[in-house]
Amino acid sequence: MEGNLNLTLKIWRQKNTQTAGKFETYQVSGISTDMSFLEMIDVLNNRLIEEGDDPVAFDHDCREGICGMCSMYINGRPHGPNRGVTTCQLHMRSFKDGETITVEPWRASAFPVIKDLVVNRSAFDRIIAAGGFISVNTGNAQDANSLPINKDNADDAFAAAACIGCGACVAACKNASAMLFTSAKISQLALLPQGQIEAATRAQAMVAQMDEEGFGACSNTGACEAECPKGISIENIARMNREYFSATFSSK
Amino acid sequence: MAWLTKSFNSSLGKKLLMAITGLFLISFLIVHCGLNATIFLNDGGVAFNEGAEFMGTNPVIRTMEIVLFAGLLLHIFDGLRLWLDNKKKRPVAYAVVDGSANSKWYSRSMGLLGTLLLLFLIIHLKHFWYFSRLTDDLTEAHTLYNEMQIVFQSPIVVVIYVLGCVSLGYHLLHGFQSAFQSLGWNHPKYSPTIKTIGTVYAVVISATFASMPIAFYFHLIH
Repeated sequence: MEGNLNLTLKIWRQKNTQTAGKFETYQVSGISTDMSFLEMIDVLNNRLIEEGDDPVAFDHDCREGICGMCSMYINGRPHGPNRGVTTCQLHMRSFKDGETITVEPWRASAFPVIKDLVVNRSAFDRIIAAGGFISVNTGNAQDANSLPINKDNADDAFAAAACIGCGACVAACKNASAMLFTSAKISQLALLPQGQIEAATRAQAMVAQMDEEGFGACSNTGACEAECPKGISIENIARMNREYFSATFSSK
Repeated sequence: MAWLTKSFNSSLGKKLLMAITGLFLISFLIVHCGLNATIFLNDGGVAFNEGAEFMGTNPVIRTMEIVLFAGLLLHIFDGLRLWLDNKKKRPVAYAVVDGSANSKWYSRSMGLLGTLLLLFLIIHLKHFWYFSRLTDDLTEAHTLYNEMQIVFQSPIVVVIYVLGCVSLGYHLLHGFQSAFQSLGWNHPKYSPTIKTIGTVYAVVISATFASMPIAFYFHLIH
């Protein structure tokens, strides 16, 4: 069909965490430009299954760009060439006929490969568990407007809360740093009155966990912000630095 | 004090130390560059030598010289530590990296630029600091200004100095604004100004320094 793409795919295949992986080359043809990148991989996987081969394992869930599951490093960039989108929202019209596309998993010591393009991101869950929560009374929810919140703070908190925890920031960072993720999870609470109760300990606990998981330090290159599908700002990292150091000097 | 060492050994603390020592070195460069720029008065080095005499004899300045070396060594030590730590965080490298799509090359190359600067600094300290502080060669007949005139007659030395200044310029271009981010100073009201000042500072400092060996080599100043 006219306008359809024939592509060469170089995909990272790795049996499990223990074994070393390598690139395999696949040819796909007749790919519609309206397909998403994941649908293109689905086409390849259908063929691999029919041929009796092992399909390419990859993470995906909502395919609406809101769950943060898909995680492919495409042609040297997390979530591929377009800004502000996850891999599931990347469409094949962003590629040219005859192009060779290299697909790799997120690479970080804190994100071990489970299989092929699937990595274990449970380190993120442990960072949140270390301090990304607030103390609230149980019982009936209080009236929505009983707590006055500055509009700017509410907006910034909401923007930070847009983080879907996909890990593109870690994948993009030359140091595999999780600063953007951790700072977004700290900011969404630090900006609101409900988050003040644990403010002194939250940043310290979450940063300590982040370091323990084996994420790198920040070089302030801004690559994370540029590649984040949700446009999380590195202003959050500066806020985390403030929270962390004020906690260092003021906590008991 | 365990809490303080713990904080400065965290990933955020290492960056804070980098920022504090970096800004301290940035403040030193203003003094160094300003004083050296007096050679462009073209007064045969009279003003420059007076300044150099003051810097070499004033007890406060001599004390600050020790603090400066301490700050420099801390900056180098911390940079090395960060570089060693960070490179362990991605044991399997990407086959394809499109770094220019999301960041500036010099922001990703601070370790390399810093290493080039260190190599340059060893040569530079040997030329002038060693001469003026650790030998008896500095006399009224053979001033620091005279030594500059002699050193910068070598085209190789001039090229090394210009390359050193280029490394310095790119290091500062990222380092200046990066220091404020590490200190947590990112604010819509101030950040654009900080970035502009950082760019102007990096260009002016490195260009002024680079023009000095060039001016001596081509006898533009006497």
